[in-house]
Amino acid sequence: MAQPSEKPAAKELKERLPEFTTLSSRPIERLYTPESLRDFRAERDLGEPGEYPFTRGIHPSMYRGKLWTMRQFAGFGTPEDTNRRFKYLLDHGVTGLSTAFDMPTLMGFDADHPIARGEVGIEGVSVSSLADMEVLFDGIPLDKITTSMTINAPAIAVMAMYIAVGERQGLKPSQLGGTIQGDILKEFIAQKEWICPPEPSVRILMDMVQWCAEEMPKWNSISISGYHIREAGATAVQEMAFTLADGVAYVEEGVRRGMDVDEFAPRLSFFFDVHNDFFEEIAKFRSARRLWARLMKERFKAKNPRSWMLRTHAQTAGVSLTAQQPYNNVVRTTLQALAAVLGGTQSLHTNSLDETYALPTEEAVRIALRTQQIIAHESGVTNTVDPFGGSYFVENLTDATEREAMDYIRRIDEMGGMLKAIEKGFPQREIIDSAYRYQQQVEKKEKIIVGVNDFTIGQETPIETLKISPEKERHQKERLRRVKETRNRTKVETALADLKRACATRENLMPYVLNAVREYGTLGEIVETFKAAFGTYKDPGHF
Amino acid sequence: MERKLRILVAKPGLDGHDRGAKIIARALRDAGFEVIYTGLHQTPEMIVDAALQEDVDCVSLSILSGAHNHLFPEVIRQLKAKKMDDVTVIGGGIIPQEDIPGLKKAGVKEIFLPGTDTRDVVAWIHQNVKPRKL
Repeated sequence: MAQPSEKPAAKELKERLPEFTTLSSRPIERLYTPESLRDFRAERDLGEPGEYPFTRGIHPSMYRGKLWTMRQFAGFGTPEDTNRRFKYLLDHGVTGLSTAFDMPTLMGFDADHPIARGEVGIEGVSVSSLADMEVLFDGIPLDKITTSMTINAPAIAVMAMYIAVGERQGLKPSQLGGTIQGDILKEFIAQKEWICPPEPSVRILMDMVQWCAEEMPKWNSISISGYHIREAGATAVQEMAFTLADGVAYVEEGVRRGMDVDEFAPRLSFFFDVHNDFFEEIAKFRSARRLWARLMKERFKAKNPRSWMLRTHAQTAGVSLTAQQPYNNVVRTTLQALAAVLGGTQSLHTNSLDETYALPTEEAVRIALRTQQIIAHESGVTNTVDPFGGSYFVENLTDATEREAMDYIRRIDEMGGMLKAIEKGFPQREIIDSAYRYQQQVEKKEKIIVGVNDFTIGQETPIETLKISPEKERHQKERLRRVKETRNRTKVETALADLKRACATRENLMPYVLNAVREYGTLGEIVETFKAAFGTYKDPGHF
Repeated sequence: MERKLRILVAKPGLDGHDRGAKIIARALRDAGFEVIYTGLHQTPEMIVDAALQEDVDCVSLSILSGAHNHLFPEVIRQLKAKKMDDVTVIGGGIIPQEDIPGLKKAGVKEIFLPGTDTRDVVAWIHQNVKPRKL
């Protein structure tokens, strides 16, 4: 059948570009019409909001009922610094906390490890032991606010510390609500803050997931993350496909362990990037919900409707921000945040205008938060559910995104699942291919980045940025030294020895990690125990 | 015929952001250089060892985590200690303008910031990096 652009009349139209494509290089037609939705069946593909397959959102009334959680990602310097930033954000209206850890913490090194030199507190908050976590959440009632923690390889240890902080506030684990990222597969694909090889890493993670499923009904025990996959250069389809394929791998592992899928699937959550291409992003959220619902119901035979629901946190695209003309980043972030809201996210972080230089200043993060509040309270886009539902263009794009993502998932299945695909370097190579292609498009000016390859100005005016003093590293090492001096050494050694023994069995590791943490066993000590039992992982260095 | 320049693309420190490093590695390879990529999480010792073993003419460091002020000068110090002062060291990543003079003083020959066209990096290397006398 003829496409609209092939009709003789269309040829006479003058167009600005030889070819129109999305940010991800998908061709875009001049016009979308009922013909674009030939295979579309509203009752099957759209349904009602709050009902299978959740294309229109996971709640019947969406933002008319409740706005998304405004959750600004924060963490820098010492736990004292970040605690102050948390309180600043709460004072300005964030509705959930989100913790960024520094590189040594993400890699399971204590602040006093030689490899941590120069990195303590620089790109997130430094946490080496329960003593740091106590300060981090000091004066913040953990039963009143939900917390998200972005940590993966050593997630089990940080989770245990959070539970222990709750215990010191008199709270049971069942009273704690929030999310721990814990998504180890995407570390091998994109973010690359790994410790042990993939298989034991999945075991450690799933021990935590299983424990949380039993003890913490309000806790999201994995946030399956496309964000880092996209930031590493994936297209929108690749981001969604690899993320959902990771989700499939976790569900398979849970089922293999004998868990009932409906026992843990309702607590899986997702995390997506939201990039510049407005409609492509809206379609991505809608198609991801539909595809996940279909996978869970048809492939895994989940019966609980909550198992079918893909709940998302979204973050605007850090990679899209430019150091050139940094105030333009406010506009980019606004458009991206709007797409996330129109896509129906449950939680959102908006990036700050200065994040191409450093972690945000108070003023920059306040503007980023205000962006969400203006969308929520002034723009009117929250007054109806899924306003783009039925748009010829958006539905066509939603269908295409789902179809192409499913093709990727099939290819990964044929390789024997995501762990095997990662071993082959498949997602890693697909992502770097896309990143390189995009770089070439930018250099040929096929894609315009305002202020970078067009509309440039000569001299840039510097903006104020957040500086982290080297004093922070000394402060953290000093607290760690005091912790090591004052704790009961025999009890720590016994707890770590017990953990080591459990690693060699199929026992759940979570209770052992909890014991070690309560005795102020450090993150580094727990991770060293894992390394001794399971080995480490080295970057294969594909490029 | 002059031999191909050998370039080590290295990721010092703990940060896992390797998009920039990999794009540069590919662009340099496509431009006809011999490229060796270290992979992630390299200490200065590991980078200098690789530079020595691979007889490279240039080391290109990429870092996003903010630890450049510590790690870049450390790589240069260790190169000097191994008598490899004639290896050209360049860097890129998220590096604040005000840190650049200090890094150049420490011996980093050029810093390429986000938004750099890879062709500019290739042109700079052609103009500024000479094959080492081995």
